[in-house]
Amino acid sequence: MSAPAAPAPASGTPLVTVAEERVAAATQFQLTWWRFRKHKLAVASGVLVILFYLGALFADFLAVTPPHATDASRSYIPPQKIHWFDEGAFRPHVYALKGRRDMRTFKLVYTPDPTDKRYLTLFAPGYRYSFLGMFETDVHLLGLDRGKPEDALFLLGTDQLGRDVWSRLMVATRTSLTVGLVGVTLSLFLGVLLGGISGLYGGIVDTAIQRVIEILRSIPTIPLWMGLAAALPATWSVTQVYIAITVIISLIGWTELARVVRGRFLALREEDFVTAAELAGASRLRIIFRHMVPSFLSHIIAAVSLALPAMIISETTLSFLGLGLRPPAISWGVLLQDAQNIQALGIAPWLLSVAVPVVIVILAFNFLGDGLRDAADPYG
Amino acid sequence: MVTYILQRLALALVTIWAISVVSFVIIQLPPGDFVDSYIMNLAASGSAVRAEEAQVLREQYGLDKPIWVQYAKWISRVAAGDFGMSMEWGRPVIEVIGDRLWLTIVISFAAIIITWGLALPIGIYSAVRQYSFADYIFTFVGFVGLAVPNFLLALIIMYFGFKFFDMNIGGLFSAQYQIAPWSAGKVWDMMKHLPLPALILALAGTAQLIRIMRANLLDELRRPYVTTARARGLPEWRVILKYPVRAALNPFASTIGYLLPFVVSGSIVVSLVLSLPTVGPLLLRSLIAQDMFLAGTIVLLLGILTVIGTFLSDLILMWIDPRIRAGMHG
Repeated sequence: MSAPAAPAPASGTPLVTVAEERVAAATQFQLTWWRFRKHKLAVASGVLVILFYLGALFADFLAVTPPHATDASRSYIPPQKIHWFDEGAFRPHVYALKGRRDMRTFKLVYTPDPTDKRYLTLFAPGYRYSFLGMFETDVHLLGLDRGKPEDALFLLGTDQLGRDVWSRLMVATRTSLTVGLVGVTLSLFLGVLLGGISGLYGGIVDTAIQRVIEILRSIPTIPLWMGLAAALPATWSVTQVYIAITVIISLIGWTELARVVRGRFLALREEDFVTAAELAGASRLRIIFRHMVPSFLSHIIAAVSLALPAMIISETTLSFLGLGLRPPAISWGVLLQDAQNIQALGIAPWLLSVAVPVVIVILAFNFLGDGLRDAADPYG
Repeated sequence: MVTYILQRLALALVTIWAISVVSFVIIQLPPGDFVDSYIMNLAASGSAVRAEEAQVLREQYGLDKPIWVQYAKWISRVAAGDFGMSMEWGRPVIEVIGDRLWLTIVISFAAIIITWGLALPIGIYSAVRQYSFADYIFTFVGFVGLAVPNFLLALIIMYFGFKFFDMNIGGLFSAQYQIAPWSAGKVWDMMKHLPLPALILALAGTAQLIRIMRANLLDELRRPYVTTARARGLPEWRVILKYPVRAALNPFASTIGYLLPFVVSGSIVVSLVLSLPTVGPLLLRSLIAQDMFLAGTIVLLLGILTVIGTFLSDLILMWIDPRIRAGMHG
């Protein structure tokens, strides 16, 4: 990224220290970065967000059992205890479970069998999957030294149909995080386009776009989304629904981004360096992309990182209501749907564990966006 | 001032029109038309409809006409208070909705009162005692309120209520009042059930408002007039409350424009989790059953009420902010 001409370093004047000289010569990107770095919480959140997206990339690798594999004899297994030491040595293992039907409540009761130890191994073979569509493999981060993991390894327990919650959570994270990304990309496109037009041309176009934004923002979104999402044909494939849902969510999401872009355009139009570029005979496109965009790019990045969590919440809410992504798709909202009523929660409180990554990711994005927004204006 | 009111009124009307179009689209979206599903419904209950009867029905509803004629027919019936029939319930839509609309308003209103009641003192405190321990606590709680989707919050609170206090938090009425007609006892019963769902709804908005209030007040506190007031020997509480807080309140009032749609949206989802008798569960059910007149009407009425609420808040804003009264609105 390049920056508008930085002020010339004031060399020769003895009053200027080395540090000041460094600041004076720094590009805008460097200034923003230095300022962002000081915001420890935002940096930590940024690292966390990157880790989550890496996790999404390697979702199948992190899963231990096929996320769709059901087995009625594994229904509602509680999260398993991992034993870290075996006879004084560090050898993490779990006890194999024995399921038995309680003849009074007719519920399956599972008892660990301490004589049947299964040791955890790294990079273990498991079910076959296609890694990002590039090649097929069966290597998973975690596995057991003997027996299939789907019979003995239940890190976060299982749901009613006996599906492993941990593995499903990994795949759900991928779905939910990418819905946010795709949705934000769409919103960004609309927001930059309409916000840019609004800020650049002003006058009647600006007024019209601003009124449209005001109207969109004054409509309660959830009932609107529910109405649109419910109209998606039941015959649509998972991918079609996925695309439709992201489009529906983006219909409102672009307004905030458009507002930010318009505000920056309006503010920058008056700046001296834009006037200077105009006087120097630069074309309009050159002024926009060479001079204006770089100086508000950081604002857009900040706005995007604040828009992403809102997108993720929207998808999760819609899917939770049963109107967003539908099974067999797996997303956070789809998983939380299983934990919808108090009966299910009473039987299997671990189903609520999905809430933990949801809250962490949204918090991290908010802290990150806040830090970026503060750093976006390095001269301020 | 009159120009401002007229401007706002015009925008409100355009918005209501836009919402009516969207509601109509929602009614139209499912494949087949109203008469098709009506006939299917009748057929399911054993009575057949002859082709000419269907034709009469179609003409009556204008379904054989172009789409804008259908819209005009629908909107003129709506304006006359006829929202159509609910397929699933076999009763007029307005009867099915009944009290639920008002309960939605009551909950949303209560949530906004709580939002303001919490955000105002906490925002002032956080700004005046910036970087104090309590400021950090409030900031943290605020962020959590912002980050936890409110249906999740409702789920978690419901689970803990069930697990540790062995009580069911859901609902808005005790069992004996559930279907009873309105009485003083029923209202009092509702007031007792109201705070928790309203608080859950309020939390997300509160977080944002606290941050806005804190930032605004911090800006104001740095102004020279504050120093002047202090130098003149005004008591500290008066220095803060008399001028800076009032100046910081302006953007605070203007946020109701987005707060209201936000809270109404949230009430739908929270109502579903806590099984509150608002339009939320009804909307979900009607959408799943493709009871489109009911669904469209709920979206329409919610939208209209939100717009009216926003318009009223604009009037309040004008009353608070002399700059808007003078016609210098931004």
